[in-house]
Amino acid sequence: MFLINCPFCGEREQSEFKAGGEAHIVRPKQPTELSDDQWAEYLFMRKNIKGIQFERWNHIHGCRKWFNMVRDTSNDEIKAVYKMGEKPPVK
Amino acid sequence: MKNKYSIFSLIKNAFSYHENWEKAWKDPEPKKEYDVVIIGGGGHGLATAYYLAKKHNMKNIAVVEKGWIGGGNTGRNTTIIRSNYLWDASAGLYDHALKIWEGLSQELNYNVMFSQRGVMNLAHNLQDVRDLKRRTHANRLNGIDAVYLNTEEVKKFCPIINTSPDIRYPVLGGTLQKRAGTARHDAVAWGYARGADEMGVDIIQNCEVKSIKRNGDAVEGIETTKGFIKTNKIGVVAAGHSSVIANMAGLRLPLESKPLQALVSEPVKPIIDTVVMSNAVHAYVSQSDKGELVIGAGTDDYVSYSQKGSHDIVEGTLNAILELYPIFSRMRMLRQWGGIVDICPDASPIISKTSIKGLYFNCGWGTGGFKATPGSGDLFAHTIANDEPHKLNAAFNLNRFVSGDLVDEHGAAAVAH
Repeated sequence: MFLINCPFCGEREQSEFKAGGEAHIVRPKQPTELSDDQWAEYLFMRKNIKGIQFERWNHIHGCRKWFNMVRDTSNDEIKAVYKMGEKPPVK
Repeated sequence: MKNKYSIFSLIKNAFSYHENWEKAWKDPEPKKEYDVVIIGGGGHGLATAYYLAKKHNMKNIAVVEKGWIGGGNTGRNTTIIRSNYLWDASAGLYDHALKIWEGLSQELNYNVMFSQRGVMNLAHNLQDVRDLKRRTHANRLNGIDAVYLNTEEVKKFCPIINTSPDIRYPVLGGTLQKRAGTARHDAVAWGYARGADEMGVDIIQNCEVKSIKRNGDAVEGIETTKGFIKTNKIGVVAAGHSSVIANMAGLRLPLESKPLQALVSEPVKPIIDTVVMSNAVHAYVSQSDKGELVIGAGTDDYVSYSQKGSHDIVEGTLNAILELYPIFSRMRMLRQWGGIVDICPDASPIISKTSIKGLYFNCGWGTGGFKATPGSGDLFAHTIANDEPHKLNAAFNLNRFVSGDLVDEHGAAAVAH
């Protein structure tokens, strides 16, 4: 259990949120030209980092808005949250 | 040759107050070079080493483990063993394991306390009923014992279940696999370790892999906290840390590592003599030989390596347990823990060669790997020794995520996470 600072609602319990997996996976611009390997890469392959990971979250039992998070997956410490479309923090 | 465990050795050692038992396995320092190195000293890794030595006549094998053997998910699961999976490929894989379980204590000369007490899966809505009936038929076509039970039969098989139609998610029926059951998880790791050690496998504990050395598209060895180990064949059985190891070799895997929690109650007298699982409300329970209720909770939906997990997951599971078993309302929970499980998009494992020569992965077991331990070790050993998959694990290759030939066991596997 940890607290998440929703960029729209402020600090709430993690149980109000739904994790949406790795962030910044860009949807292919021309899907018809993708090879099977590239599709597999886009659909299935994940970084699954132990350490600092960029991910998407949804405040599903709150404002229901999506946002991004930087989190250390080795101890669940949240480093930053930022809105969709914003550039991820450098540090 | 190790001394055989028997009633006579037990009596003999009683005279010396059990202080002179021979060590079950050695604690060697790593050699400079091995024919095969297995990364990960859990049940699957130790079983792989055991079958490599036993069935494929390989002698120069090491198992490297960053902690102690069986200290990861092998010692953290809820010990349930069953093979009632929907798809043919899964049925073949898990029933292969179940058949080995049936003779494992004798084979290893180590009591793994395999108990075929049956596993019952409950249905709580009409879709559950349809799915479970379909799975029963599929199981039977694959030669796996399965029966469908109506509500009265469920109650008869496990009388403490609340089958009242008035509860939030009433019990509408269930399936039963009688050959399924439980085993003592630690004993599985220890038994395989002892067996592998006897055949000359080096089990190296407290030895963390730091990097994998590659020469072009082949592996050359591993850098560890105990120095460099040269090898041409690496079998990775690192469960939740599979992606971390894959990253060292420059390989991408379709895995996400998440905390899966379990908990045990204070020990009580025998009250439930089977295993009952419920997919829809996510609760499963059995009773250990010590008398503790062993309860499995669900996974969190976020990636984490913290071995903790969220409290609300446990709370949800206990709510369901209380509704189904009102008799447990005053039970106190003793311990709760988490294990990091590596989940594949199709909820089926990967036992496969990779694009890198000499690098093999056995991962993606997700929330249900313990039951497959002997079969997984056997098939992975075959894959490593022959550089070809066995026909039973051919479908569980890494390439299925490219070809699209997935083995989708989400939900169909009798319990969904």
